[in-house]
Amino acid sequence: MMAVLRNGLLLAVFSGALWGVLAMIVLGITFALVSGAPAQPSVNAAALAGLLGALVLMLREPAQRTMALRFISAATVLVVLFAASFAQPFGLALDVAPFWQILAILLIVGSVSFTNWACLHDAARGALRRYDFEKILIRVFKGFGFVFFTVIVALPFYVLVMTSLKSQQSLLANPLDFSIDFSGGLGGLFRSYGELFTQFNFGRYLLISSIVSVATVILTLLFSVPGAYAVSRLRFPGRAVLSRSILLIYMVPAIVLVIPLYAVFSQLGLRNTVAGLLIIYPATTIPVALYMLQGYFQGLPAELEEAGLMDGLSRLGVIIKITLPLSLPAMASVSLYVFMIAWNEFLFAFMFLDDPDIFTLSRGVVSLNSSEVPRQHLMAGAVIATLPVLGIFLWFERYMVQGLTAGSVKG
Amino acid sequence: MSSIEPTSGPPKGIGPMQRREARLAYGMLAPTFLIIASIVLIPLLANFWISFKPVQLADLRPPTPVANERVRGDATAVGDQIRIEYRLRNSSRERGIADVVMTDSWPTGLTPVDLDARCAIENQNLRCALGDLEGGYRERLRIEVTVEQAFLDSALNPRDSKPVLTGESENILTNAELTLDNFRKVFAGSEFWSVLKVTIYYTVFGTAGALVLGLFAALLMNQAFRGRAILRGLFLFPYVAPVIAVAFTWVVLLDPFSGALNAILQQTGAAGGPINFFGQREASFTLLGLEFTFPLALTTVIAFEAWRYFPLSFLFILARMQSISGDMYEAAEMDGASPLQQFWYLSLPQLAGILSVLFLLRFIWTFNKFDDIFLLTGGGAGTRTLTVDVYEQGFALANLGAGAAVAVVVFVVLFTFSIIYFRFSPKDEG
Repeated sequence: MMAVLRNGLLLAVFSGALWGVLAMIVLGITFALVSGAPAQPSVNAAALAGLLGALVLMLREPAQRTMALRFISAATVLVVLFAASFAQPFGLALDVAPFWQILAILLIVGSVSFTNWACLHDAARGALRRYDFEKILIRVFKGFGFVFFTVIVALPFYVLVMTSLKSQQSLLANPLDFSIDFSGGLGGLFRSYGELFTQFNFGRYLLISSIVSVATVILTLLFSVPGAYAVSRLRFPGRAVLSRSILLIYMVPAIVLVIPLYAVFSQLGLRNTVAGLLIIYPATTIPVALYMLQGYFQGLPAELEEAGLMDGLSRLGVIIKITLPLSLPAMASVSLYVFMIAWNEFLFAFMFLDDPDIFTLSRGVVSLNSSEVPRQHLMAGAVIATLPVLGIFLWFERYMVQGLTAGSVKG
Repeated sequence: MSSIEPTSGPPKGIGPMQRREARLAYGMLAPTFLIIASIVLIPLLANFWISFKPVQLADLRPPTPVANERVRGDATAVGDQIRIEYRLRNSSRERGIADVVMTDSWPTGLTPVDLDARCAIENQNLRCALGDLEGGYRERLRIEVTVEQAFLDSALNPRDSKPVLTGESENILTNAELTLDNFRKVFAGSEFWSVLKVTIYYTVFGTAGALVLGLFAALLMNQAFRGRAILRGLFLFPYVAPVIAVAFTWVVLLDPFSGALNAILQQTGAAGGPINFFGQREASFTLLGLEFTFPLALTTVIAFEAWRYFPLSFLFILARMQSISGDMYEAAEMDGASPLQQFWYLSLPQLAGILSVLFLLRFIWTFNKFDDIFLLTGGGAGTRTLTVDVYEQGFALANLGAGAAVAVVVFVVLFTFSIIYFRFSPKDEG
């Protein structure tokens, strides 16, 4: 039964149609977003075009598939695309946004031809061995996977940035128009950002978020470095229990702590203060930092420290002169991870801060989420909150990834 | 490490070296222990306590005695009478204040005609021991005074100094009044069970979705190609970006009227009208003549969860894949195993450990998640999970006690999961 399906031609039909559909959806929608034209991509025509293009490749055995055949295949895709959509691949006359439309069509033809070739270049025409069949099928699925993940990750971020650059009227007029409007100059383009900094106090929020995050990192390290050292290097009763319960503490959900902390901090007058946050944030990050550092310290050779002790250094001296310099990479990972947690923290900032003068960025962006504030301001605020942490992430990606893998027992 | 000790094994008793070492260790751990105890452990216990107490959000402000001072009548000549009036009240309607004392200082040259029995005056300082004021207490305390020349000369007004009131009110958080009402309230409605169902649905599918996407992404990236580092960085964006940014982006993207996705769906004819992804409780579609109904808002929220957290499973699974030795695959290749067979019989068993650890960890953290749903739907349209319910009860409905009771439920469920996790997690990976 399965053996009948393991056929080169069937595979070509499947692969060609899939790539036709994918290329049309992705590039057709990109065309609509970039040009602002009301496109209606003809997915069926594209499926047919991709399918026939793939079959053209299969006319010859793999060894005889020449460059000329590839051109014929690409031409087939182009011709069928036009024929099956009555010369309107995007449901538009060709003189609507002609530059973008022709570019999109060329990209569709090019990408379908390329992927057809990449998937099928060595596919025999008739029945396939199971090994070859699966190899090609996996190729197709992997290609699909790359497109799928890139789109689902990139699309929201693209929309985020582009919405922040729009004006209210153009957003309502055509929600799909994400073309960049240079008519107002750079000032017009970044107007929302300017207004956030001048009228909505975002410069201050940026500063407070930075102070809170950096202070949290410093406090967390001050607490967790000695703690991690003690757990990993010193012998004391209760050590085993402690090193196992650190993570358990980390599993305690913030929402369970919110009510008692809210009640107590209200009565102590700490609720609506930055100091209150600077008590809570380190307390929630210390366990994971301690856990990460402890794992790293255990991996360091103890002989070095013993040599230091023999030479008359105190414990503190050993930690400062030997252990810390050796664990700089781990410290970097922990710092970045803690910074990310503090910068992105929402729950406590939202519950505890009422005074607009001490909002963190998270809290400030939430305050933009009202019907009185235009959407592009909300998106611009989100971009301001995202850029620093993404920038740091990209800059220090190696450390950040280590931190994430070591520390992401957290959600 | 005490290098003087023989290495043949730990000594039986605790020697002075060890005692010093242990003391040092406790000293180094003390600050951590203190802050964790005060911000995590004690609040955890306090939450249990509050869940048994009839506390409203407004009760956090303690009842205070308040007095407004008025002066009635005009004094133009020595011997004129004016009246000083204190309007007293208890700021709380329900709770009393004990041992209230009011003090106020008057300008010179005022002599009370007849002083209230509770009050005494000494050196122009009035002191009234008002006793206990019950909830909702109101009184006008009037004192008639005659003026002397000194008062007329000084041009001072009795109102220039504000009356100071002190009193003791019971702290609602620390008194011994306990009740089971919060739990009764939480478990009584049919609402609780639907919230629990939504929580389980969200947790199971959100975790599974993130894991499956993560596995798929890891399979893609487990090969060298140009641009892999860039793509890997991109795949981590949803997790690294702040939750407020990505949540609001989804809200804007999926908006029924001005959202890009709805516009795309309508323009391409995939949807007849705008779809309110975050606001519609249920949606139905027909497939092969059968009508299927599914919870739309909950599904969208689950999709967000899977989208936001797949990078994490992706990272872990990829790291594990890259540590699998290639020899095995070469041998399998020689034996003619097909790619799917290799995946099924070689890769999956190797990944089973990390997948199960990830599943349990993600399960716990998805269960704990509050921010995402709160920002996306606010818990509306059938997406209220237990954690959102804590907020809803405690803050939206201002019943702290009931909120704490839900939090207790959250904690108990979670505790059970954690025990399962630590029971089953391999010692070296936990």
